[in-house]
Amino acid sequence: MLVFALRRLVQAVIVMLTVAFIAFMLFQYVGDPVTNILGQDATPEQRQQLRSDLGLDQPFPVQFVRFVGKALQGEFGLSLRQGRKVSSLIAERLPATLELSLTAAVIALVVGVPMGVYAALRRGSFLSQVMMTISLLGVSLPTFLIGILLILVFAVTLKWLPSFGRGEVTALGAWSTGLLTLDGWKHLILPSITLAVFQLTLIMRLVRSEMLEVLRTDYIRFARARGLPDRAVYFGHALKNTLVPVITITGLQLGSLIAFAIITETVFQWPGMGLLFIQAVTFADIPVMAAYLCLIALIFVVINLVVDLLYFVVDARLRVERTIAAH
Amino acid sequence: MTNKQTPLIAALVLACGLANAVTLRVANQGDVQSMDPHSLNESLQLGFDGSIYESLVGRGKDMSVVPLLATKWTQTSPTVWRFELRKGVKFHDGTPFSADDVVFSFKRAAADGSDMKGYTAPVKEVRKISELVVDIETVTPFPILPDTLTVFAIMSKQWCEDNKAQTPVDRRKGIENTASFKANGTGPFRLKERQPSIRTVLVRNFNYWDKVESNLDEVVFTPIGSDATRVAALLSGELDVMEPVPLQDIERIKGASSYTVLQGPELRTIFLGMDQKRDELLFSSVKGKNPFKDRKVRQAFYQAIDVETIKSRVMRGAATPTALMIGPGVNGFQADMNKRLPYDAEAAKKLLAEAGYPSGFEVTMNCPNDRYVNDAAICQAVAANLARIGVKINLQAETKNTYFPKILRRDTSFYLLGWTPSTTDAHDALYNLMATPTDKGQGQYNLGTYSNAKLDELTGKIQVETDKAKRAAMIREAFKIHQDDVGHIPLHQQALAWAYNKNVTLAQLPNNYMYFKWVTLKDQVRAGR
Repeated sequence: MLVFALRRLVQAVIVMLTVAFIAFMLFQYVGDPVTNILGQDATPEQRQQLRSDLGLDQPFPVQFVRFVGKALQGEFGLSLRQGRKVSSLIAERLPATLELSLTAAVIALVVGVPMGVYAALRRGSFLSQVMMTISLLGVSLPTFLIGILLILVFAVTLKWLPSFGRGEVTALGAWSTGLLTLDGWKHLILPSITLAVFQLTLIMRLVRSEMLEVLRTDYIRFARARGLPDRAVYFGHALKNTLVPVITITGLQLGSLIAFAIITETVFQWPGMGLLFIQAVTFADIPVMAAYLCLIALIFVVINLVVDLLYFVVDARLRVERTIAAH
Repeated sequence: MTNKQTPLIAALVLACGLANAVTLRVANQGDVQSMDPHSLNESLQLGFDGSIYESLVGRGKDMSVVPLLATKWTQTSPTVWRFELRKGVKFHDGTPFSADDVVFSFKRAAADGSDMKGYTAPVKEVRKISELVVDIETVTPFPILPDTLTVFAIMSKQWCEDNKAQTPVDRRKGIENTASFKANGTGPFRLKERQPSIRTVLVRNFNYWDKVESNLDEVVFTPIGSDATRVAALLSGELDVMEPVPLQDIERIKGASSYTVLQGPELRTIFLGMDQKRDELLFSSVKGKNPFKDRKVRQAFYQAIDVETIKSRVMRGAATPTALMIGPGVNGFQADMNKRLPYDAEAAKKLLAEAGYPSGFEVTMNCPNDRYVNDAAICQAVAANLARIGVKINLQAETKNTYFPKILRRDTSFYLLGWTPSTTDAHDALYNLMATPTDKGQGQYNLGTYSNAKLDELTGKIQVETDKAKRAAMIREAFKIHQDDVGHIPLHQQALAWAYNKNVTLAQLPNNYMYFKWVTLKDQVRAGR
């Protein structure tokens, strides 16, 4: 177990370093923030001075090593656009993104699973046909379009829900939450639905096909033969066995929900990390971009690590093989 | 109402939680970067901070120079100006405004980390003469000092010292101080709440020294980056004013019964520049010589460009074609000289043939794609126009982050640029864009090195000439020279577009400042949320 975990950790570190390296390579092409910072009235000397103050005139390997050294201490430097510590900027934005992503994950599960079950059980019925069609739309429509459509319908036309921002937030220590006020919830509805749509349809389709698979297996037939009621067969046996892959996928998808919140956040002016990242890109704010990419990589790596370790705990076969190999 | 009662009423209004307060909800595509008025020389920030902080000299709705914290100014010698300060002005925290604050603010604006150094450079010293009189001495005679002063916010010496904010916020060193998120000015509005990138709230300063035409109690400013969302938020009634309006949405917003769009020419002029220095262009099919050195080629390019079609198609009407390198609203603008050479592809072809390029040539054009309104599309249109006279353009459109470093290294043969004279005076454009580059900063943005000794000489004289009539004549002469030389190809002034609810009245300045003291909001009928 320990060896397994250690090996995974080493791999994780390699992945992180690779991400940092690639991110840094890209930064060589995003351009020079100096003209953005100084504006048109600065002299060439001032520009050169700033460039060397920021270390931008150093060769690439030097910049990279310096970056990794600082990053190891959790220090990503200062945002070139806002002049504030990147770590505190991200810490400020993290709650908004996490609340949005988690709400979206909950919506995707709570709505997606029952829809999938229904579509499997009542295959061919009118309603499940409609669901399948909608899910196809959900998978194929780009997120920003869904967001804009929702804004058009619910904010502009019906005027039921707000179109941008996070609304009223309450500070709980360092964490700012929008979940304690009605206004905050109203602001959360459209963005979280937008973000959830893709995952929702994915889960629905996954549950449906898994369910269809499971319903064909022998133990379901035996359960029926024993005269168990439909409810017990469907929900007690079939669904339970369907959920194992669904939970794995959902876990892994949580990472992408956080990472791909960028688009939703941009459309709804949601003050999370994704919006911070986009603003950083347009300004060539390299420290913020680097920190964001590393953080997202870290989230993915951690989730994967946890899933791997869980497999190890859950799946006895992994352990058995290892014991045999050891002999 | 006596003066003593006003604070009481202000307190009452605040105590009621602004229940019936008149609130203006404003959105811009970006956020104000800092509350520190000396930390960034950018119009959004200066305009917004301009409702909180004031300068000695202000702008009227027509951009004219008007008294603000100074009531009167006279020149006592070619380099010394005497300013009499306004009596009875108080900062938001109650401390009275005096000459000490002026002296302090100039020092602060000239300190390390200040983004206002370009404006402080001509000032040698600010001297306190008495509590309410200061002398400002300039290094050389500097006729446009009052114009320059309009961007210098006066901060309270006492407050800055108490809050350890004596030096400006320096983004390089990450020096942040109280001034970046708190404010204490003399302006008609006070800062109430500041959440960077989320919302910033101003409330009315009821102790303001002047009558204000605005009826606003509160201003809520939100940055909304996505164009579509910004438009939607306005149309859904969540905003009262927003800018900029995406060009394709102008008609739609005008079509909605309760909204309107105000468009005016911005001070910024969009133009094309050509490398006229190198003996062989860096990026062209012509070898051994530089076609742009020939005035005929430059004129051929000029006349081949169909600026009216660019206006109507690319800019959807939101542009004012121009023949000058400065727009109306900039001091020195010559209305009678603002006539473009006619668009005439045949004449252009002929000129090109006379210059020795009957079948045209190939040249690379550099263009930003995220800096000015539809910048890349303008370049595409220009490329299509030039193709008609046989000139093949290799268009390189790229983000401003890579574009500016490149053209500032002068790695370009043909480029598009926009320029707003930050002093709103013609000298700024002459000095930065048209005069021959020197290592002292002159011609810094004259990226194609257009050079005319006579124009250089005039530029130097205009800088120090204090006689207004003489100065105006020289500006005129300089622009005439540049126009005759076809030193650059001016295209247009892009339009500012603000969209707002029809119950709002406001004033739009050509420098894109939105002063809330000129905004009023009639009977508030709001969607119930």
